[in-house]
Amino acid sequence: MAEEIIQPGTPAPEFTLRREDSTEFTRADLEDNTTVLVFYPFAFSRVCTDQLNLYQDVLGDFEAKGATVYGVSCDAPYSQSAFREKLGVSIEQLSDFEPKGEACRAFGVYHPLGFPQRALVIIGPDAVVKWSYLAPSPTELPGANLIFDGLEQAAA
Amino acid sequence: MTDLGSAPVPELSPDDHVRGPAASPLVIEYADFECPYCAILGQRLGDLALRRVFRHFPVRSSHPRAWAAACAAEAAGRQGRFWDMHDLLFADQARLEDPHLWSRARGLGLDLERFDADRRTDAVRQRVRRDFESGVRAGVVTTPTVFADGQVHAGSEALPALTALAPLPSSEVGTEIK
Repeated sequence: MAEEIIQPGTPAPEFTLRREDSTEFTRADLEDNTTVLVFYPFAFSRVCTDQLNLYQDVLGDFEAKGATVYGVSCDAPYSQSAFREKLGVSIEQLSDFEPKGEACRAFGVYHPLGFPQRALVIIGPDAVVKWSYLAPSPTELPGANLIFDGLEQAAA
Repeated sequence: MTDLGSAPVPELSPDDHVRGPAASPLVIEYADFECPYCAILGQRLGDLALRRVFRHFPVRSSHPRAWAAACAAEAAGRQGRFWDMHDLLFADQARLEDPHLWSRARGLGLDLERFDADRRTDAVRQRVRRDFESGVRAGVVTTPTVFADGQVHAGSEALPALTALAPLPSSEVGTEIK
């Protein structure tokens, strides 16, 4: 049984992810921004491809709401860059490659079979989780509308 | 600011693109002219006794010509030929560059200058975007997605569900979509 996804009202945990240029992305990077973390199972898989393509097409609308969207997976930064470039999307990627899945575990979205669950987490500028969503299965793609609902809730 | 939070799929509106017998079950289809599964579904829907509503859901990052094709269909619609252009676009998805769009417009006997001007206007782009946004709000994540009889069916689920709603005169449905 997987652990429970982090719940609204919980301060974001300490974590370290790697940006595509291998620099660190940590809890401190959440401060003063509204952040949407899009956890996805695998770069280049079909549903993840559809998911990032769809979110890319409304990225301007997320930004208009003051939100910055990041894709998070356990793939290596080089793989994430190749995936992002292949799709032609600009959503910045964050890698939980080593120690594998540690940040995903901290957010309660690590699948027992070794990949991130398909999950969404919105964190406010105070680094507190405002909204979270775990897809019923890794093959189910959460609509972009859910993120907009979450941003509305985060702003309330 | 555009609100893209959850909302029900919009009911039929006067400027929706509709075809099929008025008494038949209503199907609202969100589709993309560059999506091969949409082409197959559209072809099969033509065989069913359904009243079809076509709404645009072009996903630019996976289908780079989908928006141009959607705007071309809208521009043809301004000259009363939306469905003709719809059918021609789906009939040959490998040819969606500008000269191919002009060729189709010419073949339909459209005023070519007007067609080319219309498809680049903000009004046409906004019309396509309106459909796309209504799909996002209704939770559309892939194409084709159809709303029928209070249910939503996405991708490969769509054709069997619609066939059940309006059975084919001939029971042969030979094309499978995945």
